[in-house]
Amino acid sequence: MSLQRFILKRTLSIIPIMFGVSVITFGMFHLTPGDPVTQLVALNPDVTAAEEAALRERWGLSGPVWEQYLDWISNVLVGDFGQELQTGREVSDIVWTRLPETVALGLFGWAFALIIAIPAGVYAAVNKDQLGDTVSRFLALSGISIPNFWLGLMLILIFSLYLGLFPVLAPSRSSLISPEMLRYLILPGITIGTASAASIMRVMRTSMTEELNKEYVTAARAKGLPERTVILKHVLRNSLISVVTLAATLTASIVAGSVVVEVVFNWPGLGREFIDAINQREINVVMAITLFTGFFVILANLVADIVYAALDPRIRYD
Amino acid sequence: MTDRQTHDERGRIRISGFDSDRVRDREPMSDWTDESSGETVGRWRRGLRKFKRNRSAMGALVIVVLMSLAALFARPIEVFGVVVQPFSLAPYDPTTILYLGVDPSVEVYDPPSWQYPMGVDGSGRDLFSRLLVGGRYSLSIGFIVVGLTASFGLIYGSISGYYGGNVDELMMRIVDTIFAFPGLILALIIVAILGGGYWQLVLAFSLFGWAGYGRLVRGEVLKIKENEYVMAAKALGARDRSVVFRHIAPNAMPPLIVLASLNIGSVVIGVAALGFLGLGLDPSSAEWGTMLNATRSTLIQGPGGQIPWWATVYPGGAIFIFVMSMNMIGDGINDALDAQQTGVGRGGED
Repeated sequence: MSLQRFILKRTLSIIPIMFGVSVITFGMFHLTPGDPVTQLVALNPDVTAAEEAALRERWGLSGPVWEQYLDWISNVLVGDFGQELQTGREVSDIVWTRLPETVALGLFGWAFALIIAIPAGVYAAVNKDQLGDTVSRFLALSGISIPNFWLGLMLILIFSLYLGLFPVLAPSRSSLISPEMLRYLILPGITIGTASAASIMRVMRTSMTEELNKEYVTAARAKGLPERTVILKHVLRNSLISVVTLAATLTASIVAGSVVVEVVFNWPGLGREFIDAINQREINVVMAITLFTGFFVILANLVADIVYAALDPRIRYD
Repeated sequence: MTDRQTHDERGRIRISGFDSDRVRDREPMSDWTDESSGETVGRWRRGLRKFKRNRSAMGALVIVVLMSLAALFARPIEVFGVVVQPFSLAPYDPTTILYLGVDPSVEVYDPPSWQYPMGVDGSGRDLFSRLLVGGRYSLSIGFIVVGLTASFGLIYGSISGYYGGNVDELMMRIVDTIFAFPGLILALIIVAILGGGYWQLVLAFSLFGWAGYGRLVRGEVLKIKENEYVMAAKALGARDRSVVFRHIAPNAMPPLIVLASLNIGSVVIGVAALGFLGLGLDPSSAEWGTMLNATRSTLIQGPGGQIPWWATVYPGGAIFIFVMSMNMIGDGINDALDAQQTGVGRGGED
């Protein structure tokens, strides 16, 4: 299969999954007892039955479920997620203003993970079963075991409160792209990237150790290449492929992590908006962010698969 | 079988073809023997032996057992008014507010002391007692959820992999769809819809948590069903159900167990994360994540003069140590069961 055909086939395969994601998102909120109108009415007992029906009509909550779904999905497909129930703001505006903050945080987390994990993984594999390897494996195990919200709190406790190196919370926010922002970004970025760093490090170590035992390594050494070239040019390249397969999973975990980490650090991104919306029962916002998350993870998977197929032609023959 | 008799005497005709002893003793057509039917047990035993030699995994197992026992014996347990567990390791009830009645000199956020080894929390309750009792929520939810999801995933994956074709296609598209959502996001929404509470949390993590097991088991089943013994069972007329659950599923167990042991930690973290976000259990309950939630604002706003580090360090540390131990056990099981496969290849080193 050529790469183009693989890309086409793989891209088409996400259509049913995207459909499924929209069904799950919609179904979770609409097949359960108590739609937002019922909940709103429960909060304001002086709403009349006529007003309730009118509200239901306006928010597209009357009629059979499948009709509601078709209404909703046809609006979503043209980028209309409805309004915030209490303020009437457009949900898509809210998502677009919050999104850059979360993307900045996620990218910083990714960058941190890669910068820490790849050298550490290489080091651990090259010095297998020595002290450095044991220490870095222990750190990696701690990294995947530590709850990110607790790590965030501990970083605040140590670096902000005791050492005073970083501001505890951003008092007033400047524009996202400015040197000052970096100071606010470092602690949450580290918090969100730690688990991924640990996973990548573990995978790097395993795949490097496997690659080092292969015959091409012996051949490369035998023809007199310096060890540095063998490791960095031959072994590392092949081991990095396994990190690509992990990338989609880690993107999902960074997205989920952003929800918690943004609450810890009061970061004004999508994750905190999600929690606020849940607490205020803003169903349209919650649904929009859920759907957005689902689509984003699907796309991340798609990109990872395509990169993987481009790097390793064997995968295309499945 | 090494001392099998050969009938090669000259000068006499012997009828040996139907010697019943030989029929019984001859080389079997397949590798199956009465003894080898016990081999599964043998393999598990070999894995266990390997696990016991793994010092870090055994240490972690001791920690997990101790933490579970501490949670169990923290306060007496009553079932329908009958005390089934009379011991009480925790000095105070987790909801007792110390300055009301017990000890008027106690103040909110008192630092650790001999009497209150982990200090006092923001409502004047003994943190040590709360920490011990709090283990009950996280640990039991973790084990229940993993038990439920792994069992369902085993059934789901076996069916999908065994039948193949359109059934498999549809079942795997469902799994792919679930994988598009991070588990924590789904759990958050379910708890938001159903409200907080113990069984709501179990449901929140179980409802979609089986997908990973389903995918793993399906892959294993696809490999296993190529084996001759599956074909033999089918040829003998075994029904699909008995082929799947007697012949295929048991052989898919090792990777399932590894995944399950690594998953307990992530469920415990997930439960604590929901508690931390204020969406899990009742805000006054002693669940570890919920305890952290109560300290977050105090910590961030930096109360005058002192920082109550103990209210943050201990509950989070308990989650961390438990999850880390579970992951070490998972790694240990992984090594032990992997070694079993290569061990057979090497002719068995034990």
